[in-house]
Amino acid sequence: MSSSLTYAYYPGCSGLGTSIEYDQSTRAICAALGIELVDIPDWSCCGSTPAHTVDHTLSAALSARNIAQAEELDVQGIITPCPSCLTNLKTASHRMEDPEFKEKVNKLLDKPAENRLPIMSVLQVISEKVGPEGVAKKVVSSLEGLRVAPYYGCIMNRPPDVMDFDDCENPVAMDELMAALGADVAPFPLKVECCGASFGVARKDIVAKLSGKLLDAAEDVEAHAMVTACPLCQMNLDLRQDQINSANGSTHDMPVFYYTQLIGKALGLDAKSLQMDKLCVPPAKAFRKMEEARRANAS
Amino acid sequence: MKIGVFVCHCGSNIAGTVDVAKVAEEARKLPDVAFASDTMYACSEPGQDGIIEAIKEHNLDGVVVASCTPRMHEPTFRRTVERAGLNKYMFEMANIREHVSWIGKDKEANTRKAIDLVAMAAAKLTNDRGLTAKSFEINKRVMVIGGGVAGIQAALDCADGGLEVILVEKTSSIGGKMSKLDKTFPTVDCSSCILGPKMVDIAQHPNITLYAHAEVDDIQGYVGNYEITVNKKATYVDWEACTGCGVCTEKCPSKKSKDVFNEEIGFTTAINIPFPQAIPKKATIDPDFCRKLTSGKCGVCEKICPTKAIQFEQQDEKVAESVGAIIVATGYDLFDYTRYGEYGGGRYADVITSLQYERLLSASGPTGGHIKRPSDGKEPKNVVFIQCVGSRDKSVGRPYCSGFCCMYTAKQAILTKDHLPESQSYVFYMDIRAPGKMYDEFTRRAMEEYGTRYVRGRVSMIYPMGDKLIVRGADTLMGTQVEVEADLVVLAVGAEAAKGAPQLAEKLRISYDSYGFYMESHPKLRPVETNTAGVYLAGSCQGPKDIPQSVGQGSAAASKVLTLFSKDQLESDPQISEVNIKRCVGCGKCIETCPFGAIEEMDFRGEKKAKVIETICQGCGICTSTCPQGAIQLQHFTDNQILAEVNVLCQQTLQQSFE
Repeated sequence: MSSSLTYAYYPGCSGLGTSIEYDQSTRAICAALGIELVDIPDWSCCGSTPAHTVDHTLSAALSARNIAQAEELDVQGIITPCPSCLTNLKTASHRMEDPEFKEKVNKLLDKPAENRLPIMSVLQVISEKVGPEGVAKKVVSSLEGLRVAPYYGCIMNRPPDVMDFDDCENPVAMDELMAALGADVAPFPLKVECCGASFGVARKDIVAKLSGKLLDAAEDVEAHAMVTACPLCQMNLDLRQDQINSANGSTHDMPVFYYTQLIGKALGLDAKSLQMDKLCVPPAKAFRKMEEARRANAS
Repeated sequence: MKIGVFVCHCGSNIAGTVDVAKVAEEARKLPDVAFASDTMYACSEPGQDGIIEAIKEHNLDGVVVASCTPRMHEPTFRRTVERAGLNKYMFEMANIREHVSWIGKDKEANTRKAIDLVAMAAAKLTNDRGLTAKSFEINKRVMVIGGGVAGIQAALDCADGGLEVILVEKTSSIGGKMSKLDKTFPTVDCSSCILGPKMVDIAQHPNITLYAHAEVDDIQGYVGNYEITVNKKATYVDWEACTGCGVCTEKCPSKKSKDVFNEEIGFTTAINIPFPQAIPKKATIDPDFCRKLTSGKCGVCEKICPTKAIQFEQQDEKVAESVGAIIVATGYDLFDYTRYGEYGGGRYADVITSLQYERLLSASGPTGGHIKRPSDGKEPKNVVFIQCVGSRDKSVGRPYCSGFCCMYTAKQAILTKDHLPESQSYVFYMDIRAPGKMYDEFTRRAMEEYGTRYVRGRVSMIYPMGDKLIVRGADTLMGTQVEVEADLVVLAVGAEAAKGAPQLAEKLRISYDSYGFYMESHPKLRPVETNTAGVYLAGSCQGPKDIPQSVGQGSAAASKVLTLFSKDQLESDPQISEVNIKRCVGCGKCIETCPFGAIEEMDFRGEKKAKVIETICQGCGICTSTCPQGAIQLQHFTDNQILAEVNVLCQQTLQQSFE
């Protein structure tokens, strides 16, 4: 094994498109934190939301194929930044603990999956293997003064017996990492609320209501920015912020970062690899507020 | 020997899945069986009369009844054969209900097993011999463990009945949970005003000795003669000298001690008297927060105490007490509400428990009876009550109903409106369970007269927004989601077994269920007795109960003790170990293994021998299986008696193996 932390990396479809900044910043900070990522060769779509509504075995087979591909690598586990991909991988793996189900799934595959590798989110690996102290040691440009509202989304920690990470009602992994960067972490009450995710296309009114509530809550705790760990959450809060404002009559102007981008910034990584310019609500004003807060603290 | 066998139908309980007539028919073929029949209800009057008639008519020497559990009816049938003139130990029972008919539906297999059990009982009976009980004196003192309302009632009833009572209470004052309540349902009368006088009666009763701030350490002995060690924990105050004047509590500079009586809403001084009506009204020092005890500096209370009662060097003290019976009334604890992460209890200051709310309502509470929310001291307008927090929820391991939460929530909603007429209360509930006298009327009053809005559905989440708490839940009657903006949320926490209940049960040698609640001897007919003679239950240690139920049970347990003590002597169980002096080699193995210390060494014509102390032996039989000589035998369960049972069961197999 080349490094102590080597993982099979599953970027997921959104990582190559709508959330390319999440994928790029994840790769950048993993390199900086000493986590080696090996892309799963010839990975395929995990089935996302539609597959498991049709057939559990077929849906599991989509993920099991990726698991089988990863098993050929010399790695400690499979990791992915996207909670939705994570849910599919972990649910498939969890269900395959039943030998009967495993057999049905493997029948659909050219190459059977052994289902032996642990599956984790990138967030879990950073918070458990590197740890907030490990991250803090590498900080070169502290985020002191930046008040952030960490938002985990509804599926990063749920269902608890499948995901088996952090507290499903009050997760703290991102809070601790943000605090390690020097940021001022707001007690955000809606950490695990749904943003409306899957209704994005069909029922924009629901997204406007649910995501609007999240933005209201972030405003209420006086956050300068929100921090997310999910491509869909980030998209709903950031890309749709104007839609939400016009639907709800609100005037939110809240930057929504991926936590990987903020870690990257604090570690002093270059702007290109963090791709802050891909964010729709310009992040600059959050950093301006951070500077103001620093000056106020200093005086 | 002439044996009679009676096979009971127990209605359809046994006859439904066992061919009882066949069992009787097969029994008739057994050696020594002179009479066998099946009978509808062996325990009924005609059933018992039938047994007596048969004994007389057939001149029987012993009886086998094949029916239900011996725990319930062995004494019944022993009395029956005794009435017919036999020794009551010339009786055997075959349990063909719990061991046969209730556990399988295969009638043929059941019948076969029942026949075997009857054959075993008959074989044992042929080896039985009559035993005679001895009598022993009873120590007519009683110990009550736990000074809540159930324990108080039990202690007062026993004491009024002329018994000497020792009341042991873990905390520094009696009164239990009831003393923390502001009002009681459904009468809305002042809790401490009705409990207070009873507490004073405890203090003043000449027959009652109260050990507060004390715990039971060790229990030895048996019904009529228990030896108990009580550990009086150090209070660092000489309670003989302390007058409860309270000067020390005013001057104590350490004000960070947990205020247990006020459910930890706020703090108290390191030396404190828990509440104004405390019994005994004596000061106690919390050693974790006392500056003198933690750092050696301070000692203000010592300087100021007018009676020189402070004793920083005081140690725990062990007291030995002898009693004849024990009433256990150790009560319950509240469910740990922080386990519901979605309610934010423990994270949000304004999400509190029902008992904390009770302290806010109480005039002797931390806010002097003004409802102020903990976060900013403001009066709340919208108060949301959430029921079944730790009740009827398998996911947190509490599938049972705690019984009293519906009622105390209704009471608190009514009191909220009384205190704050402008307020609006909401109650999220699953069902309303209000089966007591005037209970349903009371919850209706909360809805109809006091305008409390009852929403049927669970709450999914609580989160703060500004200085409000948003309570989101389902209204399953409307079929919609609802959100309520609350200023204060009160969680109606359920009851669970008191901490340390299983450990005390081990000391008492009584059973407890999987939740830690103590088990009664029979759920219907012996509700305050345990399976250990002389140990009785009262109040919520047996399961969640409201005040009238607890008081009723306290009185019931007291009457059981008075009944027990109405005799001067008790008969000892003759089913105890006996040493065959000729066989005993004096190795002393039995002395080592006896868990009760019931065997001692004696000198017999210059030789070492074992001797059983008859009143201490519990008849467990460990010594008999230990003795290498087979010299010590448990009466009524001797080696020969048990081997006879095994032999008859193995006879067919034995015969087959020789064929």
